[in-house]
Amino acid sequence: MERYYQPEIECASREQIKAWQDERLVKQVQHVWEHMPYYRKKMEAKGLTPADIKGTEDLHKLPFLSKADLREAYPYGLLARPLKDCVRIQSTSGTTGKRVVAFYTQHDIDLWEDCCARAIVAAGGTNEDVCQVSYGYGLFTGGPGLNGGSHKVGCLTIPTSSGNTERQIMFIRDLNATILCCTPSYAAYIGETMKEMGLTPDQIPLKAGIFGAEAWSEEMRQDIQNTLGIKAYDIYGLTELSGPGVSFECSAQTGMHINEDHFIAEIIDPDTGEVLPEGAQGELVFTSITKEAFPLLRYRTRDICTLTREKCPCGRTHVKMVKPKGRTDDMLIIRGVNVFPSQIETVLLNHGYPANYQIIVDRVKSTDTLDVQVEMTPEMFTDNLGEVSRRQAELVDGLRSMLGLAAKVTLVAPKSIVRSEGKAVRVIDRRKI
Amino acid sequence: MSLKQISVFLENKPGTLLSMTGLLAKNHIDMRALSIAETKDFGIVRMIVDDVYDTATVLKDAGFVHSLTPVLGVMIPDEPGGLDKVLRVLADAQVNVEYMYAFLGGKNANHAYMIFRVQNQAAAVSALSAQGIHLVDQDEVAGL
Repeated sequence: MERYYQPEIECASREQIKAWQDERLVKQVQHVWEHMPYYRKKMEAKGLTPADIKGTEDLHKLPFLSKADLREAYPYGLLARPLKDCVRIQSTSGTTGKRVVAFYTQHDIDLWEDCCARAIVAAGGTNEDVCQVSYGYGLFTGGPGLNGGSHKVGCLTIPTSSGNTERQIMFIRDLNATILCCTPSYAAYIGETMKEMGLTPDQIPLKAGIFGAEAWSEEMRQDIQNTLGIKAYDIYGLTELSGPGVSFECSAQTGMHINEDHFIAEIIDPDTGEVLPEGAQGELVFTSITKEAFPLLRYRTRDICTLTREKCPCGRTHVKMVKPKGRTDDMLIIRGVNVFPSQIETVLLNHGYPANYQIIVDRVKSTDTLDVQVEMTPEMFTDNLGEVSRRQAELVDGLRSMLGLAAKVTLVAPKSIVRSEGKAVRVIDRRKI
Repeated sequence: MSLKQISVFLENKPGTLLSMTGLLAKNHIDMRALSIAETKDFGIVRMIVDDVYDTATVLKDAGFVHSLTPVLGVMIPDEPGGLDKVLRVLADAQVNVEYMYAFLGGKNANHAYMIFRVQNQAAAVSALSAQGIHLVDQDEVAGL
């Protein structure tokens, strides 16, 4: 039987959802107009005032916000509440190295945690469950978000944070953890480690996993489900909007329900900015309609997907986002382990470095080798050789726990990685198989 | 007593040091002291130059990752026990030396100069000054 955290919202009629969105959008545009001069200027430049936005059908008139705006407005330009009303920041490193800082009022945190709670309940979570949160805690939204959601559901929450895989496994086994929340690559690594320890799925108490914050393939899902003997659920989110829980998977596992009472989703043509009809593939754009402190309107995520309002067997009525297949073509198999370039990117960004890297895979004496070449940056550099070597070793550790295999990290001169048409060549595979 | 060392990241492969020295030569930058710390893959060049601002600008424009670090430039009489005396003062003041390197006395042949990178620069400056040991600043280095 399908369970819901907030059934009256999650299964509301489409008319009801539209009514909420219309009302909240109008209110939000007014709030932003009054309290976010940065966006007001953008509206004025298009000759718009809040009176022009009467409901969701007028949404397309509003200007976009992008990553570039976040950088330009850093740190307070998109803040729409006085700092005294804010209780938290979370942060993520942008691809160019500049951090994104998002602000939350207590109300914002509350709604964000509701979204995460919906995801946990959709994965079968109840107050009988033991939920181990192995996402990183700290500036990264993964740990704090799922932690809050788990509390709301009433699960016994184990805040292990990421890393120290032996301890993760010890808690899963000794405290009978039934739900695991972490990145899919870390779930795969925990699974592999348990397998090496000789544990079979029936000896592992876990029954469900909520895995997000990076791209993963259907193959990887099957792999994790088989190794851990669980059902693996995808979850999606961005720090800019709140964090994990913007959308989440239900038992149907055919796309993620977007929490439409908080976020309005649109699909646009990334080149023209034009809104595309339902079912078309394009860039996902979100409008936060309930956020108080950091309410982004028409934020371009740069994620490509499709939206579908087809009736879902789970009973939820909120629109589903379906990620395009074919992410697997980025995937490398190294010593039998699936490696995505995006995972390496995540490690670099988590350490506060820009993602300027190149992966060199080779085969030496029938063993695959992985060399991650990282361009030196001012953030990583000091006059102290020991310190630079320590930072290099931290990246090696970070890669080991993310990928589940040993990689070499070579620090190279800035701009030394070959770029073609402005984009870096990420993978050089020298293996002759 | 402000003396700034420029540290530059270089890959440990043939020609990288030359590319940096070539750049400095082309821009008429005069090095006063130089040391290199290296690992198998990369090295850090540490140097004292006549014009820190020019050097930093030139390096940045050419895409070298570099940093500026405050260091001590200590004038040491070129005679037996000269360095020993300085180190004793630092040890007595509980100042830890991270690294150091020497450069010759320029036009003043009676003295050598040592560059010290220490953990507690303020304590080192006051201890050395109290013992009448001369510290050189950027202007003095430029004139050597």
